[in-house]
Amino acid sequence: MPQITYVHPNGTREVLEVPVGTSVMRGAILNGIDGIVAECGGEMMCATCHVYVEENQLGKTPTQSDDEKAMLEFTASERRPNSRLSCQLVVTPELDGLVVYLPETQV
Amino acid sequence: MAAATVAIVGTGQAGFQAAASLRQDGFAGRIVLIGDEPVSPYQRPPLSKSYLAGDSGLDELWLRPGSFYAKQEIELLAGEAVTAIDRAGRRLQLASGVELRWDHLVLATGARYRPLAVPGAELDGVLPLRTLADADVLRKRLDEAHEIVVVGAGFIGLEFASVAIARGAGIHIIEVTHHPMGRVVSAPISRFFTDAHRRWGAQISLGTGVSRILGTGGRVAGVETTDGRRLPADLVLICIGVIPNAELAGEAGLAVDNGIVVDPHLVTDDPAILAIGDCANFPTPFAVGRVRLESVQNAVDQGRSVAAHIAGHRAPYDKVPWFWSDQGDLKLQIAGITTGHDASVLRGNPESGHFSVFCFRAGRLIGVESVNQTADHVVARRLLAGDPVLTPEQAADESYDLRAHARSLAAR
Repeated sequence: MPQITYVHPNGTREVLEVPVGTSVMRGAILNGIDGIVAECGGEMMCATCHVYVEENQLGKTPTQSDDEKAMLEFTASERRPNSRLSCQLVVTPELDGLVVYLPETQV
Repeated sequence: MAAATVAIVGTGQAGFQAAASLRQDGFAGRIVLIGDEPVSPYQRPPLSKSYLAGDSGLDELWLRPGSFYAKQEIELLAGEAVTAIDRAGRRLQLASGVELRWDHLVLATGARYRPLAVPGAELDGVLPLRTLADADVLRKRLDEAHEIVVVGAGFIGLEFASVAIARGAGIHIIEVTHHPMGRVVSAPISRFFTDAHRRWGAQISLGTGVSRILGTGGRVAGVETTDGRRLPADLVLICIGVIPNAELAGEAGLAVDNGIVVDPHLVTDDPAILAIGDCANFPTPFAVGRVRLESVQNAVDQGRSVAAHIAGHRAPYDKVPWFWSDQGDLKLQIAGITTGHDASVLRGNPESGHFSVFCFRAGRLIGVESVNQTADHVVARRLLAGDPVLTPEQAADESYDLRAHARSLAAR
């Protein structure tokens, strides 16, 4: 099962096995990782599952839709070029080893 | 403060959020979250969308895993009903006979489905869609249903219809008004979705009610309409709205008027009792007078607001309302409350399948309804969070950069 690493703002790392087909957001919620809020449940109506993807791994993440780009305007923490909504990062075998950094705040 | 107890009645999205936010805000007292459904807090929106369609499972419904509540020291009493509020003694009476003392009480009792008061409504196969248990029944029944009558063309009815028709069932939607979703959307959006459902194959009878439901051997067999037609049906979904669960508050002497009446801080007549989510009737700057809203946004933001209030950070509740609905390949997103608009303009062409309706009252932008046009929705939420200075001409002009407009207003 692909491993996803969630890095908290204080540097603490949590490594989870997330099944293929499950989003990086849902993986965090199901395992009780603080720092992902996901108030709309993955409907791309909020921006409270914001993560920063490890820069050198951006290339293997799925393409951003226009809707995701639009909704990223609502992030509570600074939007950066590697900002993603983790509900849109659906885990594939290629994403094994993905590292995402959690922002200071989601709301 | 450390010894204080907060009791939260209702394990829906609002009650859950109040509990989670209290801990997040550093509240160190006791938190008891009580609900009559026998399961952990879950999300309701997928019940009429992906969960109903079988595209998502239970794992995707839970707001948090079961372990969350113990870890956060939130006492979750699932499957427990509250029978009375003792205000003088600051106690709750529970159906199990237990009494629970509280210092702050949060009522997040939600709403229940409004039954259709016609003969035959008790027949097997006449079903509601409100809870997880309802959705589980419907998921099974959808496998066998061939002819479905949907009574009520609101969000739930139309979302259900789009799922059912995609699974091959025949659908007839009956709506007593002439405007599907007319309570919450403008005429152009109502027409656009009505046309879409017809294109997908649904029959829609507007201005039509149900006089009785017909059955054979205890099972539903059809619906008799107020205009005298008999529509065959092996499943009838009743989705004509909800009734706010305000009885507990009313019996405790709190003001009730289409929900539990609260002030701008979401506080009831009793300063120790707050009400949030679907059950709360509150004043808002986003409408004329008071509203009661049924939405995830309202539940979450009001849950956060009362958690802050209890922790001593008091501020009037003032979050921009937003809503969404998924029907077929169409995503409807609404920012603000458009009810009561006196003018509206289109931005984009409905025939393209991507457009918005900007709604104004007395020359002021009050809400925007977008179809497959998230960029407009985002701008609308930004504009409505401040003083939404925008003319109908600017809104209708697709070459006018709304994003830049919203940014320049925010920078003022």
